[in-house]
Amino acid sequence: MTAIPLDQGLGLAAALFALGLAGVLVRRNLLFMLMSLEVMLNAAGVAFVVAGARWAAADGQIMFILVLTFAASEVSVGLALILLMHRRNSTLDADASYHLRG
Amino acid sequence: MNAMFAIAAGIAVLATVMMITRPSAVHALLYLTVSLLAVAMVFFVLGAPFAAALEVIIYAGAIMVLFVFVVMMLNIGGEAEALENDWLKPAAWIGPSALALLLALELGTLAASGSLARPAAAVIGPQAVGIALTGPYMLAVEIASFLLLAAVVAAFHLGRAVMRGV
Repeated sequence: MTAIPLDQGLGLAAALFALGLAGVLVRRNLLFMLMSLEVMLNAAGVAFVVAGARWAAADGQIMFILVLTFAASEVSVGLALILLMHRRNSTLDADASYHLRG
Repeated sequence: MNAMFAIAAGIAVLATVMMITRPSAVHALLYLTVSLLAVAMVFFVLGAPFAAALEVIIYAGAIMVLFVFVVMMLNIGGEAEALENDWLKPAAWIGPSALALLLALELGTLAASGSLARPAAAVIGPQAVGIALTGPYMLAVEIASFLLLAAVVAAFHLGRAVMRGV
């Protein structure tokens, strides 16, 4: 098993992060924006694991577990907010509630 | 092994591109699940089997189930049934299925070549991660548990507001 070059792994992380960012910027549906945020967090986790594999240390995977914890809590709160917003505005358009005044 | 990494990375990027361009949330969820599974394959090839397992269990499992539940709750209505019929057409699921099949073939190839049974020297297994997690990273684990507790309280509070119909 030959090692994977660091630049390829970081390239994958950068590509996934850029795609997630593009999703957040392009889509106006809150559900899609949350999914794209997940992709961005996942890309950060990929970068951590790639770096951990490069130096053969467990720290990268530990940071990945912390990112995972953050993603899980973020998505639970975010989805509850989306449900609340859909109940109030009966739409998932992010531009429909930009006033944030209830 | 480099080719395995390239295939899995290509599937991950392709599935993510398909995810952000789908008009329907359920189709996007299918592609997102495939993308997360491909990233798990990348982790495995990189010698991080514990991270790969967590990726499948928590990301592709738990978090995707949360998304599916919310999509289900948002789609209560008369036109939902016609939409369900539309989603069961092959055009909806053939793309994600083909990508997932490619991943399964890759895993099968790895298993057949014996790479699953004989890990390389660079593999960092669950034991090393667990020892570091309960040793120098104990404080980080405590902070993560605070974060999860805060998320539970916030989700409960917001969910109660949804149930009250505010």
